[in-house]
Amino acid sequence: MSKPTVAFFDFASCEGCQLSAINLAPQQLLELLEVIDIVEFREALSEKAYHYDITLIEGSITRKSDIPRLQDIRNRSDLVVAFGACAHIGGINALKNFQRPEEYKKAVYPDTPDLFETDIARSIDAFIKVDAFIPGCPIDTDEFVRVVKNIVLGKNPDIPDYPVCVECKQRENVCVYELGLTCLGPVIRAGCGARCPSNGGYCYGCRGTIPEPNIYGQKDVMRQYHLTHDQMMDQFKLFLNHNKEVF
Amino acid sequence: MGRIINLDIRHITRIEGHGNIRLNVRDGKIEACHFDIVEAPRFFEAMIRGRHFDEAALITSRICGICSVGHQLASLAATEDAFGLSLSTQEKCLRRLLNAGEYFESHTLHIYFLAIPDFVGAKSVLPLVKTHRDVVVHALKLKKYGHDIGDIIGGRLVHPMASNVQAMTKTPTEKELFSIIGWMQEAKMELMLNVTTLANLSLPDFNRDTEYISLYKPGTYALLEGDIFSSDTGVASYKSYRELTQEYAIPNSTAKRCKHTRDSFMVGALARFNNNYQWLSDNAKSVAERLNLTPKCTNPYKNTLAQYVELIHLADDAIDAAQTLIAMAQPLKVEERIVSPVAGIGIGSIEVPRGILYHEYAYNEKGFIKTANCVIPTGQNGQNIENDMRALVPQIVDKTDEEITLMLEMLVRAYDPCISCSTHLLDVEIIR
Repeated sequence: MSKPTVAFFDFASCEGCQLSAINLAPQQLLELLEVIDIVEFREALSEKAYHYDITLIEGSITRKSDIPRLQDIRNRSDLVVAFGACAHIGGINALKNFQRPEEYKKAVYPDTPDLFETDIARSIDAFIKVDAFIPGCPIDTDEFVRVVKNIVLGKNPDIPDYPVCVECKQRENVCVYELGLTCLGPVIRAGCGARCPSNGGYCYGCRGTIPEPNIYGQKDVMRQYHLTHDQMMDQFKLFLNHNKEVF
Repeated sequence: MGRIINLDIRHITRIEGHGNIRLNVRDGKIEACHFDIVEAPRFFEAMIRGRHFDEAALITSRICGICSVGHQLASLAATEDAFGLSLSTQEKCLRRLLNAGEYFESHTLHIYFLAIPDFVGAKSVLPLVKTHRDVVVHALKLKKYGHDIGDIIGGRLVHPMASNVQAMTKTPTEKELFSIIGWMQEAKMELMLNVTTLANLSLPDFNRDTEYISLYKPGTYALLEGDIFSSDTGVASYKSYRELTQEYAIPNSTAKRCKHTRDSFMVGALARFNNNYQWLSDNAKSVAERLNLTPKCTNPYKNTLAQYVELIHLADDAIDAAQTLIAMAQPLKVEERIVSPVAGIGIGSIEVPRGILYHEYAYNEKGFIKTANCVIPTGQNGQNIENDMRALVPQIVDKTDEEITLMLEMLVRAYDPCISCSTHLLDVEIIR
């Protein structure tokens, strides 16, 4: 059996997910290359191919002119994976969706606000069928390897649908609310090993919410710790633009 | 009729982001020669308005995955400048270590994965897994050291979560610091042993003098603090960065361009090397000598060699920072710095792998950002890359389209452009 062909593409993004994908120990990368054949990866390769078995797409779609390219990639791929928060849930790019276009265009290009095309930042599933996703900003390298191996084996990607709090408790962390921080852990999808709260930080939601998140419960917790409505909304805006139930 | 060259190289590969080269030569005369950045604009400077100072670093980090640490450190520096905060020795050392991690990841990626394949006639690093496995393993090891340091100091290297205006939210254990010293010593050894890989590259013999701009702090190879030094005009306060960058928008390129005394200047490893050579570590200087690299070097292709020299320096500097931390009372504690917002403007200037990066924020009295300005190294280099292309093309105009394309792509790659940083923002199109 020949190895499945894998391609990487990116739209509006920082390319940090592609970078995280190759953050592997030499042995790990060589092993991965035993089971897949990377045929297109603009950031690292000059090769090009026509058809891909598995395509990983990083970045959100922020201009209409990018849609045909996205659809073309879809048409040439058997499986499409939304790769990282920007492709999965719109990512940090969607923060601008809370401002009026005239406003943000003028702020950055005051003399030539209409020189460049831009539109609402959206996740790729707004335009094409997506078969799987790898969440996070950036993605977790171990999760990436696991998901790719599972897909190659024809198994489910195996992305957790329980909240970050579960992993945080497993690590026996003191709840960061008790340390005076705010955290979206109760409604955000686990799988990162609660990496931020475990390193002195807090969860700001880069992996998106769990299915059917209890946003009211989350807001109650935040109210208990004296957050104002605006402060709550600022937290949600970072990565949850996708969630209609929040806004 | 003379030859017409029409080259249109879209989405240049092996760089970070999307860029195009367009070249149009008729009868040996350049009619058009452009380096365009076509990345989708992302409007970070607008998105960050109205956000609290506590979030500035975590948001601007997302400008770029490859230099996320640099964006965070520039962001913290800008906020500290606005609020009048100074840094303890512990914080300085932690930042030096985190920064070293990023340089190892970034420079290694560029040298081995993006630049070197051109010299061995490969289209990517993948065929080298079979033909030059030892070099690939060596490169992956160096890159991994960077990520591992990032994990220890920042929680992770790509978008670290520990960088905070109050203080780094985690501290390394003594054992972890000894690990870092061990890795950096190994890295140095590896780099010194493999110097012939770089020394044997046949780099194009192309020279064009330009203005070189970098951070400057006498006595140090300035990376995280200092004023600005121009090889044309000397030292200037970091506060006058707008004069030294003079941004302007051009069509076909979402990255703004910059100029200073001439119509272009260069930032990055070669600019730092030219301006601050005397403060490189002795090991770095000896490696520079073996690479035949001396200041002032005006061959942009040698930027890759300057990066290699910097890795040695960064390893020495990281060892020094780790030793300084080990000499302090153990275990290190997370510092508790009270941050009181002050209305006003702050500027952070940091040398990231690709050159000098500026963040400027105007804060209100509650510590919310009113306006922001980020000036990215690749934007600063944009015009210089184009000027290099214009000077180079007449020298290579008799070569085939394929050879011209390769030399132009190699030139662009040598600058290690990072186009994702299209806060306000490559393909080659050759038309003969």
